[in-house]
Amino acid sequence: MAVPLSYYLALSVVLFALGAIGVLIRRNILIILMCIEMMLNAVNIAFIGFANAFQAIDGQMFVFFVMTVAAAEVAVGLALVVAIFRNRATVYVDDLNILKW
Amino acid sequence: MIQYVWLIPVFPLMGFLINGLYGKRLPKNLVGTIGAGVIGLSFALTVAIFLEFLKLPAASRPVEIVVYNWIAAGKFSVPIGFLVDPLSLIMLLVVSGVSFLIHIYSVGYMHDDPGFPRFFTYLNLFVFFMLILVGANNFLMMFVGWEGVGLCSYLLIGYWYEKQSASDAGKKAFVVNRIGDFGFLLGMFLLFWTFGTLNFREVFALAGRYPVGSGIITAATLLLFVGATGKSAQIPLYTWLPDAMEGPTPVSALIHAATMVTAGVYMVARCSALYALAPFSLTVVATIGALTAIFAATMGMAQFDIKRVLAYSTVSQLGYMFLACGVGAFVAGIFHLMTHAFFKALLFLGAGSVSHAVSGELDMRRMGGLKDHIPITYRTFLIATLAIAGIFPFAGFFSKDEILFHALVDGNYFYWGIGTVAAFITAFYMFRAVYMVFFGESRVDPHVAHHVHESPPLMTVPLMILAFLSIVGGFVGFPIIEGGHKFKEFLSPSITPVGHGGHPPVSLEIGLMAFSMAVAAIGIYTAYKLYMLRPDLPGWLAEKFRVPYDLIYNKYYVDQIYDTIVVEPIKSGSTLLWTQVDDKVVDGAVNGSASTVAWLSAHLRRLETGFLQNYALAIVLGVTLVVGYLLG
Amino acid sequence: MTLTIPTFSLISIGPWLTLALGAILILLVDALSKGRKTYFPYFSLAVLALAAFQTIDLWGAQSTDFARMVYVDNFAFLFYLILILGAALTILLSRPYLEEWGKDMGEYYALILFATVGMMMMAASAHMIMIFLGLEVMSIAVYVLAGFFREDARSNEAALKYLVLGAFASAFLLFGMAFLYGAAGGSLYLDELAKRLTDAATLTKPLTLLAIALLVVGFGFKVAAVPFHMWTPDVYEGAPTSITAYMAVAVKAAAFAAFARVFFLAFPAFHVNWHMLLWVLAVATMTLGNVVAIAQTNIKRMLAYSSIAHAGYILVALVAANQLGAVSILYYLLAYTLMNIGAFGVVILVARKKDSYLNIYDYSGLAYQHPGLAAGMAVFMFALAGMPPTAGFVGKFYIFSAAVQAGYIWLAILGVMNSLVSVYYYLRITVLMYMRPAEADLGPIAFTPAVTACVIATAVATVLVGIFPGWFYDLAMNSVKIFPSL
Repeated sequence: MAVPLSYYLALSVVLFALGAIGVLIRRNILIILMCIEMMLNAVNIAFIGFANAFQAIDGQMFVFFVMTVAAAEVAVGLALVVAIFRNRATVYVDDLNILKW
Repeated sequence: MIQYVWLIPVFPLMGFLINGLYGKRLPKNLVGTIGAGVIGLSFALTVAIFLEFLKLPAASRPVEIVVYNWIAAGKFSVPIGFLVDPLSLIMLLVVSGVSFLIHIYSVGYMHDDPGFPRFFTYLNLFVFFMLILVGANNFLMMFVGWEGVGLCSYLLIGYWYEKQSASDAGKKAFVVNRIGDFGFLLGMFLLFWTFGTLNFREVFALAGRYPVGSGIITAATLLLFVGATGKSAQIPLYTWLPDAMEGPTPVSALIHAATMVTAGVYMVARCSALYALAPFSLTVVATIGALTAIFAATMGMAQFDIKRVLAYSTVSQLGYMFLACGVGAFVAGIFHLMTHAFFKALLFLGAGSVSHAVSGELDMRRMGGLKDHIPITYRTFLIATLAIAGIFPFAGFFSKDEILFHALVDGNYFYWGIGTVAAFITAFYMFRAVYMVFFGESRVDPHVAHHVHESPPLMTVPLMILAFLSIVGGFVGFPIIEGGHKFKEFLSPSITPVGHGGHPPVSLEIGLMAFSMAVAAIGIYTAYKLYMLRPDLPGWLAEKFRVPYDLIYNKYYVDQIYDTIVVEPIKSGSTLLWTQVDDKVVDGAVNGSASTVAWLSAHLRRLETGFLQNYALAIVLGVTLVVGYLLG
Repeated sequence: MTLTIPTFSLISIGPWLTLALGAILILLVDALSKGRKTYFPYFSLAVLALAAFQTIDLWGAQSTDFARMVYVDNFAFLFYLILILGAALTILLSRPYLEEWGKDMGEYYALILFATVGMMMMAASAHMIMIFLGLEVMSIAVYVLAGFFREDARSNEAALKYLVLGAFASAFLLFGMAFLYGAAGGSLYLDELAKRLTDAATLTKPLTLLAIALLVVGFGFKVAAVPFHMWTPDVYEGAPTSITAYMAVAVKAAAFAAFARVFFLAFPAFHVNWHMLLWVLAVATMTLGNVVAIAQTNIKRMLAYSSIAHAGYILVALVAANQLGAVSILYYLLAYTLMNIGAFGVVILVARKKDSYLNIYDYSGLAYQHPGLAAGMAVFMFALAGMPPTAGFVGKFYIFSAAVQAGYIWLAILGVMNSLVSVYYYLRITVLMYMRPAEADLGPIAFTPAVTACVIATAVATVLVGIFPGWFYDLAMNSVKIFPSL
C-alpha cells in the first residue's frame, strides 16, 4: 500500500517545525545543532515524498547531498563547541553575548 | 581653442593633485605659485575661448564639447561634456577670474598658516568642481560639481578644525545642504523620468512641447529650486551661511560670496526654459528671493562681527538675484551675480585685510578709525560698499537697478517695494560697517593698535583689481542707450525670456534710477547720522526697541527653532532605533504579541536571555511575514 | 540496467578545479612538510590568477554542461572574475594580520580558495542542487574562517552564531527547494522551472509562492536583508577583519548571483507576487542599515551595518528586474568589492596589535600622521557614500535609474534618501581623520607591501571604475543577455 504524499508532507512540516522550535528554545548548543539536523531531515522527508510521488530521481539525489552537507556542518559546529568550551567553559548559547548591539 | 574647454577644470585638478600629494614636501612659495598658477591658466584659457566664441557666427553657437561618454545605460547616456554658451562662458570667466585673484590674495593671507598646502589643495579642488558645475552640459555632471563644491565648502569651513565652532559650522552646512541636494536629486530624477535624458539642450527642447503650467515641470522646477535654496542660502535653508564665516576669509570670499553660493542662481537661469513654463515656480522663486532679501538685510543691521554682516548681506543679495529670476529677468539676475561677485569678493577680502591689520579681530566694536592706517584697504572697501549700496556709477547700481526696474514694469509692485526697502537697509548697514571700522575713535585693543599695518602687495593688488572691476563692471550693462546693454545682448541666446510688457518710457527708467539712488543715499545718511554724528543713538534705539532688536540680534531665533524641531529629534530617534529596535524588536514583538499561546509565550520569554536565539526568532518572524504576505 | 554517463568537459568548470586542486595542494604541503611556509599567499594568488585566465579563456561560451547542471555563460564568468578579485584582494590583506595573531596557517588560504569554489558554483548553477551545494561549500568554509582565531572568544562567538543561524536559514532555503520541487512536478532545473511552474499554475500556485517565500528567506539571510540580517553585525565584528572583508563582498556577491539567477530565470512569471515583497525588504534593509550605522562607534560594526544597507541597494536593482537592473547588480558588486575591501584594508592597517584600534575615534587626526592612508580611507568612504565620481556613485546611479526605468519611482526616491543619510556616517570618518586632532599618538603603522598595494590598488580602481564605467557596463550588458525575461 502506497503512503499518500500528504502524509509525507505533514510529517515533514511537523518535524521541521519541531526542529525550528527547538533551535529557538533550547539553551544547549549541542541540542540546537541536533535540532537543525532535524530540520534538514524534515526537508529530506519532503524530498523523498515528492520524488516518490513523481517517480523522479532528483529528489532522492538531493537527499544524499543534504545528508552529506549536514554532516559537514555539524562537524564544524562541534569543533566550534569544543573551542568555545575551552575558552569559556560553557555550552549554553545565552552565555555567548560579548558581541551585541 | 573651444575644443580644449575641458582643460579649464583640469588645470585646478592638477594643482589639487600636486599640492595634495607633494604639498608638504614642497617649499611654500612653490605651493602658492602652483595653487594660484593653475587657476591663472584656467582663467587665461577661458579668456581665449571667450574671445574665440565672440568671433563665432550666431549660427554655430552654442558649442557642445563631449570628451567621452561617462555613464551609458541603454539609449540613455551621460557624457563628460561641456556646453559653451554665453551663460556658461560668463560664469566660467567670473569663477576663474575671481578665483585667480582670491588665490593670489590667499598666498599672502595664509602665509603663516601651518596648513598652507592643505588650504591650497582644498581650494584648487573647489575650483575644479565649481568649473565642472558651470561648464557641464547635463544635469548629472552639474550635480557632480554641485556635490563637490558642497564637500569642499564643508572641508574649508571646518578648516580650522581646532575651533569647535568651526567644525560645528561645517557640520551644519553639511546637514542643511543635504536637504537641498535631496531636492535637486529628486528634481533631476523627475526630469530624467519625464524626458529620458539629462542633457540640458535636449531637456529644454523636449520641455517646449509641454504647455505652460504643466504639473510635471512645475514639480521639477520646484524641486530644483529646493536645491538652490540649500546651496544659495535662501529661506528656509539659509542658516548655514552666516555660520560658514568660521572658515578662513579668502574662503568666505570665494565660496560663500562670489562663486558657490551663486550656483543656485546659475542653475535657475540655466533652466530658464523650464521655469518659463512654470509660472507658479517663478512666483515661488520671486517670493522666496524677495523675503530672503529683506529678512537677511534686517539681520545684517544688528551684527557686530564684520564677516557676519557681509554674510547676511550675501544672503540678502542672493535673494535679489532670485527675485530677478522669479520675475523673469534672468539676465538681470546673472548680471547682478557677476557684479556681486566683484564687490562682495572685494568686501570679504577687505574684511580679511582689516582683520589682518588688527591681529585677527573681527568684532567691529573693537575697530574704528582705521582709515588712515590702512588706506588701500579703506579705499577699496569704500568702493565696494558704494557698489553694493547701489550708487551710480558703481557696478552694483546697474545690476540692482535693472532688477528693480524689471520688477516694477512687470507690475510686481510688491516685489519692487520689498526690493527697494531691502536696498535701503543694505545701504544703511553697509555704511554702518564702514563707519564703525574706518571712522571715529579707535576702539582697537591698545596692544594691537601700535602695529596696525597695511597688508602686503600680494593682498592689496587683488583688492585694487577687484575695486576696478567694481567700478567699471556695470558699464557692460548700460541701460537706456540703444545697444548699451552689451551684457544682455550677449547673454540672451542662453535665456528663455518670460513675458515682459513692451518698452516703458525712458523717463520712467531714469526716474526710477534717481529714486533708488535717493533711497540708497537716505540709507547712507541714516547710517552717518547714527554712527558718526550720534554714536550714542544706536544703543539708545536698541534699548528703546528692545524686543525687535533682540529678535533681529538673535537672528529671529531660527537656529534655536531648527535645533529643537529638526536636529534633536533626529539624533534621539537614531539612538532610540539603535538601542531599542534592533536589539529589542524581537523582545517587544514577543512581549506584545497577544496572539501567542500562553505556553509558547512562557517558553519564548526565555529567549530574551540569549541573543543568538533572538536572531533566530527574527528569522522565523521574517519567514512568517514573508510567507504570510505571499500566500495571504 | 544500463547506465549512461553523460558527456562532459572538465574545461567548462576549469576555474573551480584549479582553485580546488590548489587548495588541496596547500593542505597537503602544509601537513606533510615541516617549518613555516611563507609562500602560501603567493601560491594562492597564482592559483587565483590561473583561474582568472581560464575564465577569460572561456568567455563568450553559452551552454550548459554536466547534464545541464552547470551554466557555462558570461553571467557566471563575470561573477567568477568578481569573486576571484575579492578573494585575491582578501589574500593580499591577510598575511601580516594573521601573523600578528600568530595564525598564519596554510588552511586559511585553502579555506578561502574552497569558499571561492563554492561561490563560483552558486554563480554558475543550473539546478537547485548546485545552488545548495555551492552555498554550503562556501558557507562551511566561511564558518571556519570566521572562527579562525580559535583562542579568541569573540571569534568563537561570531563563528558559532554564523554557523547556527546559517544552518537554520539553509534549512528554510532547502525546504523552499523541496516545495518548489513539488510545485514543478519533479524538476529543479532552473530553465525548466519557469515553464513548468506557469503550466501548472492554477494547481500549485500556493506551493510555488511558499517556495518563493522560503527562497527569499534563504538568500535574504546570506545577503543580510532585514529581518534576516541580525547575525551580520555580530559576525562581522567578531570575525578576523580580513574575513569580514571577504564575507562582506564575496559571500554577498555569490548570494546575489544565485538570487538573481533564480528569480530572473525561474520566477519571472511571479514577478507580480514577489516584487512588492522585495520592495519592502529593500527599503527596510537600506533604512535599518543606514540608520543604525550612524550610532556605531566600532568601525567594523559600522561597516557591517553599512554592508546591510548596501545589500538593500542591490535589492532595489533586483526589484527593478530589467536589464539595467541586472547590469547594475554586477557593477555594484564590483564597485562594492573594491571600495569595501579597501576600507577594511585601512581598518587592518590602523587596528594593529591584535585589533587594538577599532574605535572610530582612533581615526582622529590620521591625516596628519599618515596622510596617504587617510586619503585612501577618504576615497573609500566617499565611494561607499556614493559621492561622484567614484564607482560607488555610478553604481547607485545605475541602480536607481533601473528602478526609475521600471517605474519604481518611490523606491528610487527612498534609495536616494537613504544614500544621503549614509553620507553622514561615512563622512564622519573623513572628518575625524582630517578635522580632529589625534586623541593620542597613533604610533607607527607597519605598511607591509602587500596590504599597501591592496589599499592603493583598490583606491585607484575605485576612482577609475567610477570615471570609466563604460567597459564594465558593456561586459555586464553582454552577460545579462542570458535572461530572456528581462
